Amino acid sequence: MVDVYIDEKFVGTVDNAKDFVASIKEERRKGKLPSCLNVEFDKEFNEVYVHLSTGRARRPLIVVENGVSKLTPEVVSKLDKNEMTFNELVEKGIIEYLDANEEENTYVALNEKHLTKEHTHLEIDPIIILGIVTSLVPYANFGQSARLNRGSKTQKQGLGVYATNYLIRMDTDVSVLHYPQRPIVQSFMHDVIKYQKHPSGQNVVIALMSFDGYNMLDSIVLNKGSIDRGLARSTYYRPYTVEELRYSGGMTDEIGIPDKEVKGYKSEHDYRYLEEDGIVYPEAKINADDVIIGKSSPPRFLGEIEEFSIAANTRRESSIAIRQGEDGIVDMVIVTENEEGNKLVRVRLRNERVPEAGDKFASRQGQKGVIGLIVPQADMPFTASGIVPDLIFSPHSIPSRMTVNYLIEIIGGKVGALAGRYIDGTTFSAESEKDLRKYLKQLGFRENGTETMYSGITGERFKATIFVGSSYYLKLKYMVANKMHARASGRIQLLTRQPIEGRSKGGGLRLGEMEKDCFVAHGASLLLKERFDSDKHKIYVCESCGMLGIYDSMRGKAYCIKCGLNTEITAVEMSYAFKLLMDELKSMGIYPKVSLKSKY
Amino acid sequence: MHEDLAREYKGKIPETLLKEFEKQSEDFKLSKADAKKVLEKLEARYLASKINPGEAIGIITAESFGEPSTQMTLRTFHFAGVAEAQISLGLPRLIEIFDARKEIETPLMEIYLKSPYNSNADEKKLEKIIAQIKEINMEEVATSISLNLTKMHVEIRLNKKRMKDLEVSDASVLKQLKISIKTSDFEENGEFIVATPKSKENTLPLLYMLKEKIKEVTVKGTEGIKQVLPVNRNNELVLLATGSNLKKILEIDEVDATRTTTNDIFEIQKVFGIEAARNAIIHEALRVIQDQALEIDIRHIMFIADLMTTTGVIKGITRSGITGEKESVLARASFETPIVHIMNASLIGEVDMLNSVIENVLLNQPVPLGTGLPGLVTKMKKGD
Repeated sequence: MVDVYIDEKFVGTVDNAKDFVASIKEERRKGKLPSCLNVEFDKEFNEVYVHLSTGRARRPLIVVENGVSKLTPEVVSKLDKNEMTFNELVEKGIIEYLDANEEENTYVALNEKHLTKEHTHLEIDPIIILGIVTSLVPYANFGQSARLNRGSKTQKQGLGVYATNYLIRMDTDVSVLHYPQRPIVQSFMHDVIKYQKHPSGQNVVIALMSFDGYNMLDSIVLNKGSIDRGLARSTYYRPYTVEELRYSGGMTDEIGIPDKEVKGYKSEHDYRYLEEDGIVYPEAKINADDVIIGKSSPPRFLGEIEEFSIAANTRRESSIAIRQGEDGIVDMVIVTENEEGNKLVRVRLRNERVPEAGDKFASRQGQKGVIGLIVPQADMPFTASGIVPDLIFSPHSIPSRMTVNYLIEIIGGKVGALAGRYIDGTTFSAESEKDLRKYLKQLGFRENGTETMYSGITGERFKATIFVGSSYYLKLKYMVANKMHARASGRIQLLTRQPIEGRSKGGGLRLGEMEKDCFVAHGASLLLKERFDSDKHKIYVCESCGMLGIYDSMRGKAYCIKCGLNTEITAVEMSYAFKLLMDELKSMGIYPKVSLKSKY
Repeated sequence: MHEDLAREYKGKIPETLLKEFEKQSEDFKLSKADAKKVLEKLEARYLASKINPGEAIGIITAESFGEPSTQMTLRTFHFAGVAEAQISLGLPRLIEIFDARKEIETPLMEIYLKSPYNSNADEKKLEKIIAQIKEINMEEVATSISLNLTKMHVEIRLNKKRMKDLEVSDASVLKQLKISIKTSDFEENGEFIVATPKSKENTLPLLYMLKEKIKEVTVKGTEGIKQVLPVNRNNELVLLATGSNLKKILEIDEVDATRTTTNDIFEIQKVFGIEAARNAIIHEALRVIQDQALEIDIRHIMFIADLMTTTGVIKGITRSGITGEKESVLARASFETPIVHIMNASLIGEVDMLNSVIENVLLNQPVPLGTGLPGLVTKMKKGD
């Protein structure tokens, strides 16, 4: 006796669960029961579940009976001739959709040649074990699985045309690649997702060699000539938004060139790009700290009417200047209204990004790296036939990572580029390496892909032959222009008087605790002191009571609150943070005494 | 040989090195000129290995452990199905050693046997030795230990078959019970043993506690040893035991007391003293590091072991151990629980002389190490 449930509702019992389930499946395949029905016999709980509800993830599988796939060659040929559709296959019970429950009762073969009598189903294609993005990795079955994960991750970061209407969009932090290309080595998934309509990389001639040490540890060397021809160029867009906010008391922000009376007025020079409406004109070349939208706001507090101010206007300056360290050209200006009916101004800045040392690139196999050097084309090595690589990649990145699929793609790319065709690199069913080698030989090249090369600097022939080919390369969204940061002195925190944190605010770079330990371990005592004196401060210590004194600059004398003027007060230099600690201790009722001793 | 040369170098290089030199020079039959060269090199090497004044050995040691141990956490090896017992390894074990935890996660003993018993030959004898080592407690030999609420006593029913297997006699069980639990009477009453608390007011919680106590009573073997595993090591039979009770194990006749060890450092200190504990710390820490195929100079480990044991008791590198004994208030406060340290210091009016590193970093003063250590001494002209 086995309980039967339909959509989690108990409906009755059956004596022979196996026959029952088999008969349901039979009926479904015949089309007598709906194809959306799934059934499972749970041996552990001795229950049969039938599911018809919506919301179950299901996937198609080829039905196998007695070790023979129902998708016979005849059916395939019919499909080829368009005499049959996929839906018909489902109707005829050749292909059925299974949900997670029914899968528990199945034994699925990955490949037709693996079929045995026990198998109940067959995968339509073994590539199903990979996701969409991983399917885009060519020759993935020759790669290490950890690298495939990384490869699919980097593909999502590759620049391309992210949306075809990008020109009228106001997205933050986006880039568009200038000349995106279709990969020469592509997989069947590229066709499925119409990758050729929105590619995000470029085919690049690549040489596997070292170049003066500028491509060690995953860095890459790029050909200046290729960059000049437009390789890996992109445009970076950043929108700036300003809203005319309404405040209580009927006051509003005002977009426009601020009056000179406004509190915090910058200077006429700062507003030079603004037109009469207070907004920059399109195609204006803007540099860091230039104002792009002029705005003034009402005073912060309503009662804040300055008695001594001559002007009654106490409005504040609140213009939008572009971010520190950024520049660009005003690409588009939009003036509109938001949901609340407030005036809304959006200005989009465009910035052409030519590849520079530090920009991140990756192949599709999880081999990512940054540019280490850009070499003039004249200095690049060249092959016997005169080919100059666009990119030089270090061979040390290959053995430990076992990205053999990368090497095969390079050969595939070479064959494709020379023969003028696309190479199918679909995982598990790609054009074989053997064939690629054969074609390469036919085309008059060495079958292993290596070529004789000459140094571009000396003209000498390299003793070793160099592996040269073509590979699809992605420029990733991480560019140095967005990351680079350094400062000497700048803004400090109010409380601790130490430098503030963060690139956007022009903060300092922290020398952390472990770095400090390193200085100590090296015995670099005075260097350590110098690095930590960003908050150095002169304090006045009363020698009789040990409390901090006060320096009266009017009288040019220091005095102690407790002991008055008749005491010896000495100036000492120490970190402001420690002075703050002492102040905090005092606030807790602890009396920190400083007793001074002559250093000499 | 070359005693005159050796005498010349007395005080320049350590005695042990000189003795080694004398022995080796005899073995190699060195000529006087060669011997001189050797001594010169020896002195140079010795001086080179000395640490300079102002070298920050503490931080260098900490960094020498800290850097490799960041790699350790990620790749702790696991052995499956090997005849060695599960031991805590890697970073957790290293922390355990340096924190000087009293209760270690996996106490383990390596018991070596004296000569005739350490071969595989006599299995019966081996079984007997193991029986002597492995702890068997009351719970294992009893079918039931139950409370009799009407008579207010505990009844213990013994598992005779199991007792026969384990070679435990009824009399010895009774004896052990009487020795271990002095607060109650035990009486054999036909099928079962009756335990009655001696105290006059017999309450239920008392009875329950007695029952729990009885469960724990060791009937046979050594207390604390949960499992014994004979292992072949270099053609010698070694017993690996989980659990540790060094003192009791060493009392067993067949055990080779000169080689038997435990990984419980506190136990070693109790049995052999602080010097042995120091060696145990070095040995245990070194083993963790070597297991992970890392290389840390043994002198760093020795330094830590010295630091932990100089006071005569084992102190961990914790706020209750040696870090908590730092002289400076600010140094202690900047490690852990600053509020407690500052509060206590303010209560007794502690003075911080700012003699060590961290206080000077805090005040942005040169740290008394390396270039910050030496001061200049100048001769002043008379009359100035």
